[in-house]
Amino acid sequence: MAEPARAKPKPTPETQHFWDGTQAGELRLQRCDACANVYFPPRPFCPSCASRKVSVFKASGKGKLYSYVINHRPAAPGFTAPYAIAVVELDEGPRMMSNIIDCPQTPEALELDMKLEVAFEKLDDKITLPLFRPAKG
Amino acid sequence: MRRNQVAVVGAAETTELGVIPNMSQIQLHADAALNAIADAGLKLSDIDGIATAVETPQQIAHYLGITPTWVDGTSVGGCSFMLHVRHAAAAIEAGLCKTVLITHAESGKSMIGKLPRSTPADSLNGQFEAPFGVYGPPSMFPIPVLRYMKTYGITHEQIAMVAVAQREWAAKNPRAMMKDPITVADVLNSRMIAYPFRLLQCCLVTDGGGALILTSADRAKDFPKKPVYILGTGESVETPMVSQMETFNSSRAFKVAGPTAFKEAGITHKDVDHLMIYDAFAHLPLFGLGDLGFMPHEETGKFIADGNTRPGGKLPLNTNGGGLSYMHSGMYGMYALQESVRQMRGIAPAQVKDAKISVCHGVGGMFAASGTIIFTNEK
Repeated sequence: MAEPARAKPKPTPETQHFWDGTQAGELRLQRCDACANVYFPPRPFCPSCASRKVSVFKASGKGKLYSYVINHRPAAPGFTAPYAIAVVELDEGPRMMSNIIDCPQTPEALELDMKLEVAFEKLDDKITLPLFRPAKG
Repeated sequence: MRRNQVAVVGAAETTELGVIPNMSQIQLHADAALNAIADAGLKLSDIDGIATAVETPQQIAHYLGITPTWVDGTSVGGCSFMLHVRHAAAAIEAGLCKTVLITHAESGKSMIGKLPRSTPADSLNGQFEAPFGVYGPPSMFPIPVLRYMKTYGITHEQIAMVAVAQREWAAKNPRAMMKDPITVADVLNSRMIAYPFRLLQCCLVTDGGGALILTSADRAKDFPKKPVYILGTGESVETPMVSQMETFNSSRAFKVAGPTAFKEAGITHKDVDHLMIYDAFAHLPLFGLGDLGFMPHEETGKFIADGNTRPGGKLPLNTNGGGLSYMHSGMYGMYALQESVRQMRGIAPAQVKDAKISVCHGVGGMFAASGTIIFTNEK
């Protein structure tokens, strides 16, 4: 029997551009054309000024570790404890939840404000997740 | 809302708390409701307003046999009951109803007749949080705490003291689940759940419930028990996604609900004799002390570590033992309200001498919502 898989996102019309982006190897955010606010998660209007004139753009994929927990129990399906559930502060401003890869899942290795860069993990033909790893250089 | 126009005239928890395998969740609601109605010396037919969360008000009204003229099903997590008190007080003042019953119950441990909770894969949480391995409150609620600690210089030992101080209160409370004394070392050596939080920094999981009866202050003086007046109230929400909080150094919902209640009550922090801050996890009293304005966040860890909130301290906090040691069925707000009412009636097991004002502050979801109720026993 196959191992239980991690929870898989199901895109909606307003979030499809984000998931199309990760599949193409891009982290896509939205910016308000009226007030320049950059925001996440996706929605077709600005949560700061309510303008519907918003654009999708390719983010740098760079950020820093804002906070995290290392979950020991119980592990979510598809995960082996202990594993870190992290919140990344992107250079463009918004924060997003993710996992930190290529890094020991320990308090010593996971230093707050450490620089991170996006990495993409393909789950299937439709969904690729944005994960983060310690930035090189 | 005008101050002191509405009062609690009935308050009770379920006959038992803890592990209750012989009652379904809805029966626990009824047990708490019937106990509160008896406490108020009323009949079921006297109730014309009803509020509850998770279970629907129509379910509870039908089960109990109540025909309400006012209904509130606000369901924003564990502080829903603080919001119900606020809404009920406004409804009574507006003349929409005269006598409101607020019920909470959960078969949190035995899971009998408990409603399923799910995160749809196409919800925002399902798309942008669930795929990264969040699995229940212990993996989500503490996510802000490392940032909070770094920003304000709070230590692991200081947060461990939250659990130690509350266990001291629990030791005085025969109904508390966990009464044995613990030390900071015990907390920091207990089993790791979600770093930095260990077992003794996470709430219990139990079965139980509670209910309140509210009516106008004019009628309240004719009830058998000493009325407890509503002095001030506040509420707000922020985000159902913990990752999307405005900052991890503060709760925006706390910062709206708490000060709104203080302003309405017309009191200062020096007037507070007794304080309840919903403690699903050990960092919440720190967030609460800072966001409600008792002190700058930089001082919250030291304030608790210095013993100011323990028995004999200058600001008695979570005097029933809190969610960490008293009980926690999944939505703790009702139990915090019950302890505030007991303190104002002068009947709490760990009674704060001469207490006249009690502040009861709640949280819902993972910092998603907040409600604050300020009680007084002086008209």
